[in-house]
Amino acid sequence: MLQIALWKRLSILMVVLAGLALAMPNLFYERVERHNDAAKAIELQGATPELTAERAGWPGWLPNGLVNLGLDLRGGAHLLAEVQVADVYADRMDGMWPEVRDTLREQRDAVGPIRRVDAPPGELHVRIARPEGMEAALAAVRDLARPTVTLTGVGSSDIEVRGEGDLVIVQLSEAERLATDNRTIQQSLEIVRRRVDEVGTREPTIQRQGADRILIQVPGIGSAEELKALIGTTARLTFQPVVSRTDNPNESPGPGNVLYPDIEDDGVYYVLEKAPVVSGEELTDAQPAFDQNGQPSVTFRFNPAGARKFGQYTQENVGSPFAIVLDDEVISAPVIREAILGGSGQITGNFTVEESTQLAILLRAGALPAELVFLEERTIGPELGADSIEAGKIACIVAFVAVLGFMWASYGLFGLFANIALIVNVGLIFGLLSLIGATLTLPGIAGIVLTIGMAVDANVLIFERIREELKSARGPARAIELGYERALSAIFDANITTFITATILFAMGSGPVKGFAVTLGLGILTSVFTAIYVTRLMIVIWMERRRPKTITV
Amino acid sequence: MRLKLVPSDTNWNFFRFSRVTFGASMVAMVASVILFFVMGLNYGIDFRGGTTIRTESTQPVDVGAYRDALAALNLGDVAISEVFDPGFGPEKNVAQVRIQAQDGEESVTPETINAVEAALQGVDPSITFPSVESVGPKVSGELVQTAILAVALSIFAVLVYIWLRFEWQFSLGAVIALIHDVTLTIGVFALLQIRFDLAIIAALLTIVGYSLNDTVVVFDRVRENLRKYKRMELQDLLNLSINETLSRTMMTSFTTLLALIALIVLGGDVIRGFVFAMIWGVLVGTYSSVFVASNILLMLGVKRDWSKDQDGGAGTQFATADT
Repeated sequence: MLQIALWKRLSILMVVLAGLALAMPNLFYERVERHNDAAKAIELQGATPELTAERAGWPGWLPNGLVNLGLDLRGGAHLLAEVQVADVYADRMDGMWPEVRDTLREQRDAVGPIRRVDAPPGELHVRIARPEGMEAALAAVRDLARPTVTLTGVGSSDIEVRGEGDLVIVQLSEAERLATDNRTIQQSLEIVRRRVDEVGTREPTIQRQGADRILIQVPGIGSAEELKALIGTTARLTFQPVVSRTDNPNESPGPGNVLYPDIEDDGVYYVLEKAPVVSGEELTDAQPAFDQNGQPSVTFRFNPAGARKFGQYTQENVGSPFAIVLDDEVISAPVIREAILGGSGQITGNFTVEESTQLAILLRAGALPAELVFLEERTIGPELGADSIEAGKIACIVAFVAVLGFMWASYGLFGLFANIALIVNVGLIFGLLSLIGATLTLPGIAGIVLTIGMAVDANVLIFERIREELKSARGPARAIELGYERALSAIFDANITTFITATILFAMGSGPVKGFAVTLGLGILTSVFTAIYVTRLMIVIWMERRRPKTITV
Repeated sequence: MRLKLVPSDTNWNFFRFSRVTFGASMVAMVASVILFFVMGLNYGIDFRGGTTIRTESTQPVDVGAYRDALAALNLGDVAISEVFDPGFGPEKNVAQVRIQAQDGEESVTPETINAVEAALQGVDPSITFPSVESVGPKVSGELVQTAILAVALSIFAVLVYIWLRFEWQFSLGAVIALIHDVTLTIGVFALLQIRFDLAIIAALLTIVGYSLNDTVVVFDRVRENLRKYKRMELQDLLNLSINETLSRTMMTSFTTLLALIALIVLGGDVIRGFVFAMIWGVLVGTYSSVFVASNILLMLGVKRDWSKDQDGGAGTQFATADT
């Protein structure tokens, strides 16, 4: 009849206790959070008395997993950035030009003099004086191709070369573009991560999304603007020889040169040689500092190769100016007073202390390989998040009390069983959320409240069924057994269909909606578990103790 | 004594007015579609791009002054609405400013935000900005697609699941009930011009889940009774099944509504639209599983002889349909 094996009873009890134990730290959220932060800090930087005291605020042997609070609850900034992967193609073409030039010069007899002409982005156009030598030119340039390194594109080469009239056109092959895109995104991710880590906030989320997007969520940061200033700057630093200084923004810089504006003075422009002497990639360190006049500045150090190049250049060009260029703007263009051989130097400009600190961070973390365009940004103030938590908490408690009272009024003792199961249920949801490190969002709280309402459904189905079976005048034990048995198919079908929609929400939703799907899905699992096992166990134990002749449900 | 929402033994005829109820449902659906096309939905920035700024101040909100201050900035379509919530108190005055997506920009530039914030601070020095959200046209377009896909996909998944577990007539009945619920929800959002954003899509999908939950419980009982009473008229059998499950249907809807009402009153203004959609969905979903899904089932008829099922194959269900 109504029997549950001892091992089953124990396992049900174990699951419930484990779930509640995992949920428990959330009741002491701030204490546990301080403990966790301190423990992490000790691991990274070693113990200090304050940190040890903080860590002692929560016993180490207790579970310390917490439900992550989403940005809408904690406050912070959210950015969705698109990496302009095509930027890199142009760089690659620029990088190929010297090689192509040298190769074609070797073929001078066949192709005649050559000239690089303007081309759409991502293509390299070279005009050859003798179009009849096109075949030789194409063959020579094609020899420069290297195999692409990808999983699928084995054997394909990295460039495509074709001739059009007297133009030799070089561009990256499809396979190489894909490979390049991938590398660009990986690099961008890495650099964004380093920059965010430099600011040292708690648990930032930095994820790749789709083909060329990066999702960045930083809790606790003041605004998305701040975050954008930090990660949106390309921070490509170069040192370029100055050809001339001008105030004409439309001046033609001439071949091999570029015209960049001064970062401070409007109307001041510099004509620079396009090829940099050294670039930021060869920096090993950058720190904010003050120059001899007490102005904020940034000191930097090159790696050995960079130091050698920089030393050689400054030695050969004492007395002439060179430009320090950040993202196509000239920060300063000092005159080289003496050879700089030590491999370190100082950038001075009209910086504020904040600017010099930020520039140092950016230079240390490295330049982004391509520009980031922001598609979406959200800032949620911490007070708004705190208000939402407060409101959600109150709504939860009121919903809880209302449902508990109603169940008790409707089903009496059995209602109380269902109520205990409901409390266990919410505990289990929090336990699971903490266990899998899921993020709780405002719609997620709504999901929990909805679950409180719906979780009783399985119990209601069973109790109503028991009532019906009791009418057939069977004994109470038999009625309970049949009630469970016959309600089961409805419970399963009803919950599986809801679970399907929760899964689809999870797969397609983003951010807060995903948080809702998680709590809804977990809520379905735990409510089925508590209805089928937990209330049943309680009823069975009660029946065994009391052995009632009749029951009223 | 037990509290009972419905008497323990009901024998109500749910099909007596089936022409009226079914007709009303159809009229409501058509009206929703018309409302959707005539009035349109009040899309949030998730779906049409743009920026929303939440303002908070100790001074009362003066929508006119805000609008005048922002008109000078030439930002195109600017909508300002005051936000009310019983939890705010007299010292907390909240408004929502929405600015359309600016030409040639994906997300909003810092300059635009600073200009807007400065202009509003000019009107009211005590104003603060607890949240700023901006979505570019590119992402909002994709979000629309994903949202439509999600709703369509979940309805389709349900169609397949119920078809596998029951019969195609059940499946069609459940899905038409779902479409009924979703359409009516969209209709009420168009009518009341409540902001329709990504969270509402989540609510729509939950409504799909909830309404289905209800429908499936009724259908499960229909299936059981089909096996039990081989000769009963289908209409009587459906009526019996609905009556038998009525107590449960009301209980669950009532507890869910209790929880949702707590949330709409106390949960703050940020999720009010979301909770409203769900309350509406629970009401409509409960109604539709009784008056729409079962009606469809009655119209389509079902295969009766469940005792010999599984070996009959798909062909026989049409032959033995008994209406």
